[in-house]
Amino acid sequence: MLVLAGIAVIVAGFVLRLNPLAVVVAAAIVTGLAAGLAPLAVLAAIGKGFAANRFVSVIWLVLPVIGLLERHGLQVRARTLIAGMGAATPGRLLGVYFIARQVTAALGLIAIAGQAQTVRPLVAPMAEAAAERARPLTHATRQRLRAMAAATDNVAVLFSEDIFLAVASILLIRGFLAASGIAVTPFGLSVWALPTAAAALVVHGARLAWLDRDLQR
Amino acid sequence: MIGLPFLYALTGAMFAAFAGLGLVDRTNPRRFGTAAFWGLLATVFLAGDRIGDAACGAIVVALAVLAGAGALGRGRVAADDGAALAAAARHGNRLLAAALIVPATALVGTFALPATGLVDPKQVTLVAVGLGVVIALGVCGAWLRPGWRAPLDAGRSLLDAVGWAAVLPQALAMLGAVFALAGVGGVIGGTVAPLLPHGDRLAAVAAYTLGMAGLTAVMGNAFAAFPVMTAAIGLPLLVGAFGGDPAPVAAIGMLSGFCGTLCTPMAANFNLVPVALLDLDSRWAVIRAQVPTALVLLAFNTALMNMVAFR
Repeated sequence: MLVLAGIAVIVAGFVLRLNPLAVVVAAAIVTGLAAGLAPLAVLAAIGKGFAANRFVSVIWLVLPVIGLLERHGLQVRARTLIAGMGAATPGRLLGVYFIARQVTAALGLIAIAGQAQTVRPLVAPMAEAAAERARPLTHATRQRLRAMAAATDNVAVLFSEDIFLAVASILLIRGFLAASGIAVTPFGLSVWALPTAAAALVVHGARLAWLDRDLQR
Repeated sequence: MIGLPFLYALTGAMFAAFAGLGLVDRTNPRRFGTAAFWGLLATVFLAGDRIGDAACGAIVVALAVLAGAGALGRGRVAADDGAALAAAARHGNRLLAAALIVPATALVGTFALPATGLVDPKQVTLVAVGLGVVIALGVCGAWLRPGWRAPLDAGRSLLDAVGWAAVLPQALAMLGAVFALAGVGGVIGGTVAPLLPHGDRLAAVAAYTLGMAGLTAVMGNAFAAFPVMTAAIGLPLLVGAFGGDPAPVAAIGMLSGFCGTLCTPMAANFNLVPVALLDLDSRWAVIRAQVPTALVLLAFNTALMNMVAFR
């Protein structure tokens, strides 16, 4: 029962609006101590878990490239390109991006796009430019379009990556079930990602179509 | 064999450079705390395997203290919109081509690199991304002649906008490891199972899918919630008591967790990082855009599991 104190720490930290990074590390300390580990062993468990997951943060490597190109006008150029396309609307543009992101993520290519890699430098400015073709944008509409661009990337990648056989979450599921004495094939797992990927396309696609209709009013 | 050590050295060197440049950035009112934060993170990337687990743990605690104390700040960047406009006109679509170097290298590399035998096959896409960054910096350096500091300054300014949230996903993965070590899953299962109506399969399925979404929202990471909730409800109840097929139970359970990912500020890389990168006013802006999709898909996943896992 005591080891659940870590979850209580996270909930309390969230309610009190404390810094999430500090709260997460505090939760790890509390959980380790509650499980009966010595303080030094808790520190070692934290360090081991953090170092073993460094690959999660490797993606920040793209920032110098994106930042450099932005200072040389990348976002401006992305806007100009879309402004010249007659059929471009924000919903259609984000819909095309959604499908491209689903297809590439299903092939295991998760890191080729993302919030830093594509949404900030390309997708969000393009969505704004597509909307600006119809009328000047208010601050609120601009914010809404950017949030929708970020959401489009998130929804597409989360509900398609499991179609790929060798993605981290499929490996994690397989490893966990194997440790519990249950053997499953990667394909046996990834096939069950298809229905939800299709549902995500339908639901988010409908919301993008509604976004276009809403913007025209 | 090029694998994670190469990527960690590259990433660590970048964080170290950000720390060094940040230390002398007098426009940042909190330059010492900021430089200490990225410098300590660089140490874990560059020397994490040598300094030992406890030393890494001490660094993680120091990162948490710096973040919690509000020791991170950002320098003032002179936004030069006029220069960007002029540069965009001058460089044209070559800018877009340059931006696609990293994704294109990742795409080609994922399929071409394994055959060379030089790359760790488990990490091939990440290695290809790292390679793409090196190529892109080389191409842009030769083409734009920005000087060695320009990419580092531009990257540092972006990372300072993200701040401590850049490390949260890695910290949450660590928390998942600690939860597994402490056996949190068994305790949750022992607590929840007696509360469910006996023999009601849909209630048990919903307890698992909603539990995955809820615990993912708390922990910010479906990967951390999965072992906990599956050990608690998925295996003992759905597979054990109701005879469910473990493959769809586990696969759809993970996807239910992803619905929680869309709804929580703890999932920093999905929901907080874009708020910083896109200059959004509200930290809830991306979550608000995602909640409708997430709720519909959570209901879909619950119905789907109840339908397909028990034949």
